[in-house]
Amino acid sequence: MKKLKVFSAPYLVWMIVFILVPLLMVAYFAFTTDSGKFTIKNISNVGQYANIFVRSIWLALVATVVCLLLAYPVAYLLSRMEKHKQGTMLLIVMLPMWMNFLLRTYAWMTLLGNNGVINHVLGIFGLGPYKLINTSGAVVLGMVYNYLPFMILPLYSVMEKIDKSVIEAASDLGCNSASIMWRVIVPLSLPGITSGITMVFVPAISTFIISRMLGGGSNLLIGDLIEMQFLGNAYNPQLGAAISLVLMVIILVIMTVMNQFSPDDQVLI
Amino acid sequence: MRSISKKVFSVLAAAVLGASLMTSCSSGKTADEEDTEETEYQTLTVEDEAYYTRFKGKDVSINVYNWGEYICTGEDEGTLDVITEFENLTGISVNYTTFATNEELYAKLKGGGVTYDVIIPSDYMISKMIKENMIQKLDMDNIPNFKYIMEDFRNQAYDPTNEYSVPYTWGTVGIIYDETVVDIPEEDIDWDILWNEDYADQILMFDNPRDAFAIAEIVCGLSLNTEDPQELKMAADKLTEQKKIVQGYVMDEIFDKMGAGEALIAPYYAGDAMTIMESNDSLNFVVPDSGTNLFIDAMCIPNSSQNKEAAEMFINFMCEPDIAYANIDYICYSTPHSAAYEMLDPEIQNDPAYYPSDEVKANMTVFVNLSDEANMTMQTLWTEMKSAEEDGVNKWLVPIFLILCLLVIIFVLIRRYIKSKKDIF
Amino acid sequence: MKKFGKIYFALILLFLYVPIFVLIVFSFNETKSRSVLSGFTLEWYVKLFHNKIIISSLMKTILIATLASIVSTVLGTFAAIGINSMKKVPKAFVMNVTNMPIINPEIVTGVSLMLLFVFFTARMNFEFGFVTLLIAHITFDVPYVILNIMPKFKQMDPNLFEAAQDLGCSPMQAFRKVILPEIMPGVISGFLMAFTYSLDDFVISYFTSGPTTQTLPITIYSMTRRKISPEINALSTIIFIVVFVILIVKNFVENKAAKNNSYKGEKI
Repeated sequence: MKKLKVFSAPYLVWMIVFILVPLLMVAYFAFTTDSGKFTIKNISNVGQYANIFVRSIWLALVATVVCLLLAYPVAYLLSRMEKHKQGTMLLIVMLPMWMNFLLRTYAWMTLLGNNGVINHVLGIFGLGPYKLINTSGAVVLGMVYNYLPFMILPLYSVMEKIDKSVIEAASDLGCNSASIMWRVIVPLSLPGITSGITMVFVPAISTFIISRMLGGGSNLLIGDLIEMQFLGNAYNPQLGAAISLVLMVIILVIMTVMNQFSPDDQVLI
Repeated sequence: MRSISKKVFSVLAAAVLGASLMTSCSSGKTADEEDTEETEYQTLTVEDEAYYTRFKGKDVSINVYNWGEYICTGEDEGTLDVITEFENLTGISVNYTTFATNEELYAKLKGGGVTYDVIIPSDYMISKMIKENMIQKLDMDNIPNFKYIMEDFRNQAYDPTNEYSVPYTWGTVGIIYDETVVDIPEEDIDWDILWNEDYADQILMFDNPRDAFAIAEIVCGLSLNTEDPQELKMAADKLTEQKKIVQGYVMDEIFDKMGAGEALIAPYYAGDAMTIMESNDSLNFVVPDSGTNLFIDAMCIPNSSQNKEAAEMFINFMCEPDIAYANIDYICYSTPHSAAYEMLDPEIQNDPAYYPSDEVKANMTVFVNLSDEANMTMQTLWTEMKSAEEDGVNKWLVPIFLILCLLVIIFVLIRRYIKSKKDIF
Repeated sequence: MKKFGKIYFALILLFLYVPIFVLIVFSFNETKSRSVLSGFTLEWYVKLFHNKIIISSLMKTILIATLASIVSTVLGTFAAIGINSMKKVPKAFVMNVTNMPIINPEIVTGVSLMLLFVFFTARMNFEFGFVTLLIAHITFDVPYVILNIMPKFKQMDPNLFEAAQDLGCSPMQAFRKVILPEIMPGVISGFLMAFTYSLDDFVISYFTSGPTTQTLPITIYSMTRRKISPEINALSTIIFIVVFVILIVKNFVENKAAKNNSYKGEKI
């Protein structure tokens, strides 16, 4: 099979030029001034925006936890359905994800507005209007809505593989349903949980669309900050690269921690 | 006090509503007039055909980068679809894209790698771009319609010899607000209404540093062109103070938000404010006496342009009286174009909100390009302001997050330890 | 318990679908209001089909997605075969780099490619547009193709290839007749995944496109930032229906295939 190695040559070139080099360029920009001299000022300037990092991590964390809590029962219920039903039900759950996520976020804009559908309906009952849009709650909601399927899918694919006889054996050995859940199903679905968490957390922490559309521009996230430095109101690509670099490091750390929970060294997708 | 009487507008709006969904500013137009406009336009093309048909069949295309909602799209019945008309007339195809702020435009051009043939920045940005050698001199021989630009708008400070730009529109910044809820008499409305806590969460604010700082600077009694870091800091503090009652920071989103009554008060450009008022009867527009910004947006050609002549043709086309009129009629800004001005309804010509008198104009400030340091300071302060917390809750988040991380790591270590123990047995 | 589960499931579905149905309902609304229904109209659909910008960006999106997914499938298939026959350490390295665009936040991938393209454009006669967009799309598509194919090798007997050669196949024949059929399901699912990711991508396109190549998601984004027209609702409705039909057909075909295969016994 050795000869087959040459097949990967075109891709290796591609990979180096378009994956590795660009990332190195981010690092290069992060450590240079606009005239190309070495500096660590960009990185140290990122410290100024610590509160944005904290907010992003916090909102993404909340969204991830909410997603996990919402998705776990869904995935469990799906995996316990009759086999022929599972495919169809999974399809129904995943279908909204196939809509462009800008449109999905836009849908919430129309729902949450001060004169939006929700306040309008509440108004009929004499309630409200409540301030729903342009809050951090709206941003979290947008994240949960957009990324919930990313949590359901890995959870489901792990749970589906759990052998029914394992559960039966546990109950034969005297486990009640709570301890079956806690001692059998949860440990067995751990890989699904970890990959679900990364699949929700990473896009949530770096989004700039959701915060812009649902956060009213006053709930900046890391993504907004990066976008602002490259294409927005505060042109400063060096700082933008530095922020991107810090973001990458944060995610790397989180991934490493999450990998500790995976039983084998499988790559999280 | 310069403000538009709502009544005039509702009367005009009523006049139009019957005929169509049309929402142009000079709503008095009748079907006949539209027809004549159409024919006028056609005779004009014959007149200048040699000029406009040079690129026919040569498969030339130009990239136009304009503000959002800043050109007549033909969306309203009877109006011209400017881009399509240009394409049909000249055979040049136009890639039309939009930006929301001068700074966005600057970032896109400065970043490099993009080709634009025509851009429409504002005054201070034009002088910045001239200084940084980002736009090129125009060949005025290719833009004969420059003759229509009024004397007052030529050779402005941002382009003293008028070699780089052809003015497209001008206007002022004022406050658009919901008359039915805001119970302050029109003449008493000043910029400080944007800091009025009675309207908390009902206020929108500019989502670009220059315009937002300008308002804070007026309120603080500073110059709109200050470069003093301390004064800028003062303005930034003022904006931070405002943040807790601001519903959102917006640019073109304002059309939707104010139009649908999502917010009550917002500062915005006069022309757009007029457009918004047509979609919502309860709105009014006021330019406070305490001063404001007077801006001119002009067409320029960036260095990256590949088809300078075609770009100049586009600029010239935008200065065709009929086209200039169609645009100004649709976007509701004030025009520096003498022929288009003549075509406007006398009501609009005499409306001080569109065309303030010279003495009023004297009270307004035109932005000048700030020094790089001042720009940098402003941008940093702006980002800081935007990222500031409205409330203090987040202070305990850092420690909590760190503790969480620590707990997770400890948990991992313990798990590993137990595992390794198990492996021994 | 079972009843509770059903209710919960229904609530989640409600949460997932209500926003989309609201969008659809308001696409038929007579006025531009987004909260009050006032009458039925198809005006927005008519306007949508006459909107040159939307139609042309749709065409560009489809073109880019098709090209990018084809190129990345070819590139990725060969890459997977090559990577599979690498030694452990280089293999791990290549796989880790391949995973980068998937693990990295999209915005970082977008920004990094933008910096690279800026570097190139400053030195060559080259600009942001179709080419940069295509390269960017291929770059984030290939990893998905590779990751879809790699597991298929695990299921394959590593000696098959050599056995075929021993039996007189040329390496090319052995590749065509032995390896390709084995990994085909992975190739196809990789292609489909690449295609859908390409169609849907906004963030990376946002940083790598130029004025001449606005894809549909970019157009949608600029539409939501300006005066919003219910055309966008009409567009959502059409996309929803298209997606719905495709997935139903796919499900139907798969079920049928599963039934046909069932007599062969379960494979997995």
